[in-house]
Amino acid sequence: MPACRLYQELKRSLLVALWFIFLTFPLMVVKVDLVERVVHWRWKNMLFVGLAGFFFSFLGRWIMQRKNPGKALGKGTAWSLRFCPDPKIRKILIVLLLCLAVAFPQIFSSYQTTIMTTALMYVVLGLGLNIVVGMAGLLDLGYVAFYAVGAYSYALLNYHFHWGFWTVLPIGGLIAALFGVLLGFPVLRLRGDYLAIVTLGFGEIIRLILENWGEFSQGPSGISNISRPGFFGLELSLDAAILYIYYLMLAFVLVAIFIVGRLQHSRLGRAWIALREDEIACEAMGIDKTKTKLTAFALGAFWAGIIGVVFAAKTTFINPASFTFLESAIILSIVVLGGMGSIFGVILGAFILILLPEYLRALAQYRMLAFGILLVLLMVFRPQGLIAPGRRAYFITKKPDPET
Amino acid sequence: MNTTILKISGLSVSFGGILALDNLDLDIKQKEIAAVIGPNGAGKTTFFNCLTGLYAPSAGEILFYPGRDAEAVSLKGMKPHQITEKGVARTFQNIRLFPGMTTLENVMIGRHCRSRASILGALFRNAATRREEQEIIDTSYTILERVGLAGYVNELAGNLPYGAQRRLEMARALAAEPLLLLLDEPAAGMNPQETLNIMELIGEIAADGLTILLIEHDMKLVMSLCQRIFVIDYGRKIAQGSPGEIRSNPDVIKAYLGA
Repeated sequence: MPACRLYQELKRSLLVALWFIFLTFPLMVVKVDLVERVVHWRWKNMLFVGLAGFFFSFLGRWIMQRKNPGKALGKGTAWSLRFCPDPKIRKILIVLLLCLAVAFPQIFSSYQTTIMTTALMYVVLGLGLNIVVGMAGLLDLGYVAFYAVGAYSYALLNYHFHWGFWTVLPIGGLIAALFGVLLGFPVLRLRGDYLAIVTLGFGEIIRLILENWGEFSQGPSGISNISRPGFFGLELSLDAAILYIYYLMLAFVLVAIFIVGRLQHSRLGRAWIALREDEIACEAMGIDKTKTKLTAFALGAFWAGIIGVVFAAKTTFINPASFTFLESAIILSIVVLGGMGSIFGVILGAFILILLPEYLRALAQYRMLAFGILLVLLMVFRPQGLIAPGRRAYFITKKPDPET
Repeated sequence: MNTTILKISGLSVSFGGILALDNLDLDIKQKEIAAVIGPNGAGKTTFFNCLTGLYAPSAGEILFYPGRDAEAVSLKGMKPHQITEKGVARTFQNIRLFPGMTTLENVMIGRHCRSRASILGALFRNAATRREEQEIIDTSYTILERVGLAGYVNELAGNLPYGAQRRLEMARALAAEPLLLLLDEPAAGMNPQETLNIMELIGEIAADGLTILLIEHDMKLVMSLCQRIFVIDYGRKIAQGSPGEIRSNPDVIKAYLGA
C-alpha cells in the first residue's frame, strides 16, 4: 500500500470513527440519573467507540482490498472441487463422513444425538427448499407451511385414527405436495418480490388457521401424545427411540441427497434452472412453465411434509408456535448461506445454522449477536454462498458422424 | 400443393389505446428466407412476440402449416411452449441465454420439447432415459459444432463473447428442430466480419430446408440474403416484395427517410 493511499485510508477511518462517536453520543456518553437528578458524562465510552470504529473500519477495508484487487465478484468454482480435485480422495472423504455419521450416537451423548437429528432434519428441509429457491428460482418465504402440513397430518391422523408413523409418512408428504400445488396455481404469474409476499402470506395463513380453528387443530394448546415411530411393533425406550430417529433421519438425508442429485442433472432439473435463469426464454424454448413450476413447488413441499411427519413423531407434541415465519427464514438462510442450488452447500449451511447456535451457548446472551455477525460476514465475503454450485462438465466422447 | 408455411391475416395487437400492430396480412412461403424491416418502434418485435405466443393478439388469425400437405394449425391462443413444439423457434433481439448454464446445457434446453423423460425416469435412470439423455447430448454437440461453438462446450454461457452468444441463441433455437426459425436482429451489434459469418450461417441453415423469417436493420444482410421483404411502419404493412422492388418503393423510402 503506497503511503498516500495509506494516508487516505487512515483519514477515512478517522471520519468513520467520528461519525460513530456522533451517532452513539446520546446513548453511550450521556447518562441521566433521574434519582440523583444529575447527568453523568461518560467520556471514556466515547473514546472506546472512536477507537473501535477506527479499528474496525480500517480492518474491514483492508480485508476487502486483499479480497478483490480490482476484480469484480467472481463466479468462484466450488470449494469442494478446489479442496480435492481428485474424485478418489473425495470418495474416501465421503465414506469417512458416512462412518462418522453412523458412529455418531455411539461416540456422543444422547443430547448431542438429538441436536444432530435436528440438524439432519434441516438438511432435508434445506434440500427441499433448494429445489424451489435454488434451482427453480422461486423465492418461497412460506416454506414452513408445508412443514406444518406434514406435522399436523401425522398428529391429526394419529390422534383421531391411531394411524402409525410409517403409514402417514408418505401420506403427509403427499398432502404437503398437494398444498404445494395449491399454492403454486395462484402464483404462477408472479415473480420475485411479489411471489415472496404471496408465499409469506400463505405461510402465515396456514399458521393462523392452525392457531384459530380450535375444533380442527386444537388451537395453540397443540396436540400431545403423538406416537413415536414404530419399530416392527416393538415399544422402544426413550434412548432407543432417540437412536432410532437419528438413524431414520440419516437414511432420509441420504435418500434426499440421492433424489435431488439425480433430479439436478436431469431433463426436469435443467428445465428448473432454465426457468430461474430466464423465464421468457425458457417458455420460448418449449418448456411448459406451468408444469415445471408446479413440479418444483410440489417436490419441495413433499420433503417438507415428510420432515413434518418426522418432527411430530420426534417431539411427540406439536403446536402452531413451531411453525412461525422464523422457521421459514432459517430454512431459507440455510439455502442462501450454503449456496443456492448446491447440495453439498445446503448440507454445510444446515450444519452451520443449526449447530452453531447450539455450540455458541457458551457465549450465553451474546450468542445471537455473534451468530448475526457471522452471517453478515459470510454474506459480505461469499455472497454466492459457502459453496457456489458448479455446472456439470460434459465430455464428448463419441464423435458424431460427419454426414449428419 | 401448398407452398405456404405461415399465413397471417388481419393480425392486430393493442396495448391500451395504442395499436402496435394494425390489421397485418402476411404469408411466408416454405423454405424461403424472408425479412421484416421497418423503422424503430414499427412493431417488428411485437409481431414476433405474437407469433411465439408471448403476446395475445387482439384480432386476426395465425395459421401454421407444419408441412407441404399438412393441416393448418392455428397458433393464436397457444402457449409459447406449444408453439415451439409445433415447430416455430426464435431468438431474441437482446440476447436471452441462460447465463448460469454451460453452452452445451443451453442447447440441451432447446431439446426439451423433443424429449420425454419424466421425474421417475430421472430418479431411476432407466435405459430409455439414459439413451434419451445421450441423444440430447450428442445432438446438442452436433449443433454446437455446426454453429462453430464446439470449443465452448463447458463454458458458462454468460462468459461467452458477444458474437458467440448470438450464435448460441441460434443453436439453442435449432435444437428444438423448428420448421420456421424466427431471428430477431441476428446481426445486431456485430462487426462487418461477424455479420458476414452470421449471414453465411443463416444461408447454410436455410439450405437445410428451414424457413427463416428475420428482423434486421443491416440492409446489406437483408438485401443479399432474403428472397422477400415485408416493410412495417406504425404497425401496418406498407410494402412487400423482392429486395429490388423494396429498394425502389417510394413508401419505404418515405418511411425510412421521413421525407
